Amino acid sequence: MDKHARADQALLSVEDLAVYFPIGGGVFSGKPQMLRAVDGVSLSIKPGESLGLVGESGCGKSTLALSILGLVNATKGRVVLDGKTVGEDTDRLDVARTVQMVFQDPYASLNPRQTVRRTLADPLRLHGVSNAGEVADRVAEMLRQVGLRPDQADLYPHEFSGGQRQRIGIARALILKPKLVICDEPVSALDVSIRAQIINLLLELQAEMGLSYLMISHDLGVVEHMSDRVAVMYLGRIVETGGWREIFEQPRHPYTRALIAAIPDPLTRGLAREKARGEIPSPLNPPPGCTFNPRCPHAIDHCRAAAPMLSAVDDGHLVSCWRADEFATPISA
Amino acid sequence: MKIRANLAIGGGLTVLALAVGIFGPWLAHTDPIMDANLMNAELPPSREFWFGTDQQGRDIWSRVMYGAQISLTVGVVSQLINTAIGTALGVTAGYWGGWWDDFVNGLTNLMLAIPSLIFALAIMAILGPGLTSLLIALGLTNWSYTCRISRAQALAVKSQGYVQAARVLGYGDFRIMFTQILPNTLGPIIVIATLGMGGTILAEAALSFLGLGVRPPSPSWGSMLSDARETITTAPWLSLFPGMAIFLTVLGLNLLGDGLRDILDPQSRSRR
Amino acid sequence: MSGANMPLLSVEDLHISLTTDAGRFPAVEGVSFSIARGETVGLVGESGCGKSITALSIMGLLRDPLGLAGGKIKLSGQEIQNLPASQLRALRGKRIAMIFQEPMTALNPLKAVGTQIAEMFVLHQGASWREAEAKAVDALTQVKVPAPAQRAKDFPHQLSGGMRQRVMIAIALACEPDLLIADEPTTALDVTVQSEIVDLMKELCAARGTAILMISHDLGLVTDTCKRVCVMYAGRIVEQQDSERIFNSPQHPYTQGLVASLPRLGMRARHGRRRLTEIAGVVPGITSYPAGCRFHPRCTRRTEICETVVPELTALAEGSLVRCHHHG
Repeated sequence: MDKHARADQALLSVEDLAVYFPIGGGVFSGKPQMLRAVDGVSLSIKPGESLGLVGESGCGKSTLALSILGLVNATKGRVVLDGKTVGEDTDRLDVARTVQMVFQDPYASLNPRQTVRRTLADPLRLHGVSNAGEVADRVAEMLRQVGLRPDQADLYPHEFSGGQRQRIGIARALILKPKLVICDEPVSALDVSIRAQIINLLLELQAEMGLSYLMISHDLGVVEHMSDRVAVMYLGRIVETGGWREIFEQPRHPYTRALIAAIPDPLTRGLAREKARGEIPSPLNPPPGCTFNPRCPHAIDHCRAAAPMLSAVDDGHLVSCWRADEFATPISA
Repeated sequence: MKIRANLAIGGGLTVLALAVGIFGPWLAHTDPIMDANLMNAELPPSREFWFGTDQQGRDIWSRVMYGAQISLTVGVVSQLINTAIGTALGVTAGYWGGWWDDFVNGLTNLMLAIPSLIFALAIMAILGPGLTSLLIALGLTNWSYTCRISRAQALAVKSQGYVQAARVLGYGDFRIMFTQILPNTLGPIIVIATLGMGGTILAEAALSFLGLGVRPPSPSWGSMLSDARETITTAPWLSLFPGMAIFLTVLGLNLLGDGLRDILDPQSRSRR
Repeated sequence: MSGANMPLLSVEDLHISLTTDAGRFPAVEGVSFSIARGETVGLVGESGCGKSITALSIMGLLRDPLGLAGGKIKLSGQEIQNLPASQLRALRGKRIAMIFQEPMTALNPLKAVGTQIAEMFVLHQGASWREAEAKAVDALTQVKVPAPAQRAKDFPHQLSGGMRQRVMIAIALACEPDLLIADEPTTALDVTVQSEIVDLMKELCAARGTAILMISHDLGLVTDTCKRVCVMYAGRIVEQQDSERIFNSPQHPYTQGLVASLPRLGMRARHGRRRLTEIAGVVPGITSYPAGCRFHPRCTRRTEICETVVPELTALAEGSLVRCHHHG
């Protein structure tokens, strides 16, 4: 297939990506075990689109993010960014100019020894903006865009509040004018009364700059609010993906339904029968068949025997569950 | 306010020692080598000879003033070499990990297993006595603590979000080490370097005492002590004053190091 | 107050001060609430609002630089805020128990979890070790740990976060306390696990008649778990409401702001994507609380009086309270 095909091609396409890590192994412990952090994931994001990625610990969302950023090598499959295969057709700097990241913890993600100006100006210089006036202008403009004052550029991170620090983190991610921004739990470390400010800012910046977002979060309310499409991951695989409305109003996978039922909110009180049981298994030792079967309230014998494939139940709505057809009713009913 | 006392006394003594090292030639009354006068041999401290004179009638005050240059040069230069080696090995080992980390760890353990003075002695034996060999010998043998500490710091810092962010921005490994990791590991490294400087000054004295240091007649505090050992009972001032100079300088550096540790301790710095 | 309707716990006009080099600051001021036997009450607020230190003061666990600066804490009518350390120790675990956010730090890493549960029976009920160990396995069964006899021999690091929190609950409920204080018990856990742990906690406490004081930053979690909610802001309780009503008719501008600023699941489907209502400004630090109503710099309804006069708690219908000059 032609790599530079159509104008409306996906900005990001992840094609059957797998990332395995050897765990243990050595002189005394024998053969290493394979941790299948990401195990055959395909997804795509169009320019200007937001994809919400939902999942709990060990589901592989962080590894997926790292491989999109070219920081982890694929065991199988590939990541295509703006028509170029990451790692083959791109170098470190190309990837950095196309995709950036906003981190969860605004305290640990800023270098305490660098002023805001250095945090924002150094990347510009690294990427070839050498004119001092232009660097200063872009730093000032960026600070204004994230709602900070340009005269705050010479302060150190500890002089800012958590919400302001997250604004600096967003400014750092956008200073190179990337096309895709991976937001890794961008508000979950912030005070509740500050979250709305950051969510609104991210949505404004998306509209202004035409950004695409990969919105990683466990907070379904945030994901619903910010995403066009949603993918739900469990133990290294996507178990359900579709438009936000389908995923949240008519979820077909029992795991998606369990996630919704688990939200502590008076709105979900009637969903107790949809809740998942027990603990998330270790990705080192996933259960046979459908990996969700030990926790699934709807599991049948077939689920323990064979793993379902991701298949379409509707236009653009894919589910990997043997009983997906039985969950065609809206969840709130 | 113990912290302030550490810092004030330590800083004062260190500044004094450095001042003597720099301005020694102007503070000296006589030339420390040429002005030998056997008529004045082994005179006790007096109004004319503040610290007395040695066996060859040279003014000990002047020799202590001049000696500061050599002792401090050895302290500063060889400790700079140690810090550079230790930090370079430690930060790269902590950041990269893998076989390089294993190798650096092995090397560090080896260095810690051999007494550094014996190791320095061996190097001196190969290079021969003299200031340059002294700098090299002491500069190559005292980096293991710096290496350990900077490795541990690098390990802790590399998992911080801002290091990850730098990788995402396309920073290369060396740029990350210089701009992200090093500035955040510098505190403890400075402390170790200050404390280590006292150690190298003592090591210089020991090597000079054994006759492997600076060649006579150039004065260093260590070689002066060495020369004075036969007269320690008859003319104690010959050993007392260079000994005091070493003692006060090393004490000053140690107090300064302690004081800096109190200030640079990340716990007292963090605001949250 | 007498016999039957005496609350299990009542906190009256509690003041906690923070002493620093720069002086003494009021970290908690005039906090009053009560919990009846078997009742579930939530204390909700953001980091630094004083909710956790309120809980610690009930346990008698305040340490420098924090100190009790006034008020009474009564357990079944008996004042406990000035009890000597030995009597407080006897109270803790036996009548009041607590579970924390990170069970890994609250458990002893060098002892098997079964032994740690058994200790409670030995310490507070004078059981022999043999009896206690059997009871510990029993306790693990009750918190629905699979293969409890084997798990009892495990050390904390061998268990998952959810399992560790189950163990903490087993320890906390071992001596059937009257009150369980849960300080962000599920914040470190995954959502599906969190939901199970909360359900378990509710179920076990309901069966034993144990009252719960739940502390969290998550308004949804607290209203889901508790019958009544106290909202704290900057060291004061600003609103006390029935859980049923807090999302639908919040009275204090801060609570109203919180409810309006949360993107709740289902809102976009119902109302389309609206810009979230922001609460302006930042959460003030303990050393820089503003005068008057502490929420006034961020409040859209403030008037002159808010800047100088501390609003009193006003009783509204059905036992709800609000601390605002312009509530409603």
